[in-house]
Amino acid sequence: MKVLVCVKQTFDTEAKIELKDGKINDAGINLIINPYDEVAVEGAIQLKEKGIATEVVIVSAGADKAMDAIRTALAMGADRGILVKQDSAADEYARAVALADAIKKENPDLILAGHVAADDGSSQVPTRIAEILGLPHVNVITSIEIAGGKATCTSEADGGTAVTEVSIPAVISSQVSWNEPRYPSMKGIMQAKKKPVATVDAIAVENKVKVLEFALPAGKTAGIKIEEDPDVAAAQMADWMKNTVKVEVK
Amino acid sequence: MDFTLTEEQIMIKKMARDFADNEILPYCQEWDAKDTFPYDTVKKLHDLGLMTIGVPAEYGGSGLDHLSQGIVVEEIARGDAGLATTLAASTLLAADPVYVAANDEQKKWFYGRMNEGDLAAFCLTEPGAGSDAGGLSTKCVKDGDDYILNGTKQFISNGGVAGLYTVFATLDKKLGYKGHCAFMVDRNTPGITIGPKEDKLGIRSSNTTQVIFEDVRVPSKNLLGKEGEGFKICMKTLDLSRAVVAAMAVGVAQGAFECAVKYSKERQQFGQPICRFQAIQFILADMAMQVETARLLYQKACALQDMGLPYTQMSSLAKCWAGDAAMKVATDAVQVYGGYGYSKEYPVEKYFRDAKIMQIFEGTAQIQRLVIANDILKE
Repeated sequence: MKVLVCVKQTFDTEAKIELKDGKINDAGINLIINPYDEVAVEGAIQLKEKGIATEVVIVSAGADKAMDAIRTALAMGADRGILVKQDSAADEYARAVALADAIKKENPDLILAGHVAADDGSSQVPTRIAEILGLPHVNVITSIEIAGGKATCTSEADGGTAVTEVSIPAVISSQVSWNEPRYPSMKGIMQAKKKPVATVDAIAVENKVKVLEFALPAGKTAGIKIEEDPDVAAAQMADWMKNTVKVEVK
Repeated sequence: MDFTLTEEQIMIKKMARDFADNEILPYCQEWDAKDTFPYDTVKKLHDLGLMTIGVPAEYGGSGLDHLSQGIVVEEIARGDAGLATTLAASTLLAADPVYVAANDEQKKWFYGRMNEGDLAAFCLTEPGAGSDAGGLSTKCVKDGDDYILNGTKQFISNGGVAGLYTVFATLDKKLGYKGHCAFMVDRNTPGITIGPKEDKLGIRSSNTTQVIFEDVRVPSKNLLGKEGEGFKICMKTLDLSRAVVAAMAVGVAQGAFECAVKYSKERQQFGQPICRFQAIQFILADMAMQVETARLLYQKACALQDMGLPYTQMSSLAKCWAGDAAMKVATDAVQVYGGYGYSKEYPVEKYFRDAKIMQIFEGTAQIQRLVIANDILKE
C-alpha cells in the first residue's frame, strides 16, 4: 500500500512575526515542517512499520526551501519525496490544485495530511484535495486502522469521539494528538540525502483569494485591577464589561 | 571561506537541539539535585544513534565527521553538560584509542558492543597522575597469552556504568613514556571493582568513579597497537577529543547565555525590563562575543581535523578559550539574574557549576596553554 503525505513548510511556531513593506518578513526565520503534518508523517511511518504501508511518499508544494521539510520527513523514515514548485503566494485553492495533480499521478492508496497549517491556519487544503480528486475525507483523526480496503478512523467530536469508516483511497487529516512524532535518527539523517526527491512545476492556476493587507494583532493591553469588596467589585466589573469592553449580552 | 553547515549538519543540529529542549532541559535540574544518572535518556540517545557518533559507519555507527560530532556535543551540553560528558566520554574519548590504533578484529568487537548499547570509559587518570599523564603507575605484566593489570584509575567518567574500558598501563615505570600500553578491557573481567561515586560540584548527572584493577587478566589480542605505543595512542586520543570538549564548553555557555537574554527581558526593575539598562546590555554583548568566538574556534579545529590538516594547536586554543568562556559566561549569567541566579530554583547556577570542569578535565587550562606555547615556540 502506497501512502502519500502532504507536508507544508511553515515558520517555527516560536518565530516572532514581523511585517516589512506590508508583508510578512521571513528573513532569518527558522522554517520547520508544519507540526500537524509532522504527525501525519509519523502516522504514515508507523503504518509502514506495522507492515501495512509499503511505501511512504512525501509531497510538498512551495519554494525551493520546502526541500528541507521533505528531507526532514525522509530522515524520519519516509521513502521518497516530490517537490511541487510553486510561488509562496499561492492560496489554498492553487495549493490544492497543484497537490491534487501530483497526487493523481502517484495514484496512492491513502493520502495523509495535517488538518491545519500552523502559519495561516486556514484548514482547507486536505478537504479541497479530497473534493478535487473525488475521494472521501475524514478530518482531525486521532487513530486509524486499515483493513479490507477500508480505513476506520477515530476523530475528535464535540464531547466525545466519532468513529468513521471509509473506503480507500481517501484523504485523511490528522489531529496533533494522534501520535508523538519521532526525532530523525542519525542513520535517518545520513540516508535522507540519498533518497530520491523529484521536482515538478505546479499547474498554473490563478489564486481565488486576493490578500489586501497584512496586519499584526493589536498588542495586549494591560488589564484592570479592582480592589473592592465583592459586591462593589462585581458591580464595577459589570460596568467595565458593558461600557469599556462593550460585551454584548443577547 | 564558508561558514555554512551542510544540509545534514543543519538537520543533526536541529535534532540534537530539539532533543535537548524536550528530553533534557525539563529534567536536568532534577538529575543534578538528586545526583541521578539518566539511564532512560541515555537509551533514547542510543536509539537515535547519538551514543555512537564516534563509531565509523563501516562498523555500524553513525560515523559522523568531527564537526558534526562537535555540533552534537554542543547541543546536548546546552541541555546538560553531565549528559554531554557521558556521551563524549563514551563514544569519543574512550572509543578514540580504538579509532586511532585498533585492528579490524578489535574494532569489530569494541564497536559491536557500543552499537549494542554498551557505554565505554577512558581509564587514564590515576590518583597520582593527572596532568602528568606520563607518570602513571597502573602496571601491566605479560603472562602467557595475557597481560595482568594492577592499579587504580581516578575520576573515570562512566566508570561505574560502562561495559567497556580503554585502559592505559605501564610495563615498567622506569621506561617512562616508552613503557606505556593501551588495552581494551571488558567490564566483566574478574578483578575489576568500582570505587564510590564522586560527589561533584557540577556535571552531577554523569557517573564519575574510581576503577580498580586487581590481577585483571586481559587477553593480548586486546592490546591496542604494540607494547610501548600506549603514550602515543593516548596523546593522539586527547588531541582528537579536545575540540569536542571545547564544543561542550560552548554548549554550557550558550545555554547560560540564552537564559540570561530571556530573563533580562522578563525581569522588571525601576519600572522596566532590565535589558533596557546599558549595564545589562554590555554584559549580554560580552557574553555573545565569548560564545561566538569559542564556537568559531572549536568549529575551526574540527574543520581542520575533517580536512586532514594539523589541528593540535587549534584544538588547544579552542579547548582553553571555550573553557574559560564557559566559566565567564555562566558567571555573567548568574550576575544578570542577581539574587535569583544564586538560587537553585533557576537554571543558571547549574550552568555555573557545570562550567568549572571545562577548565579542568581533558587537559587543564594551564596544560592547554603549555601545549599552545610549545607549539608556537617549537623550531
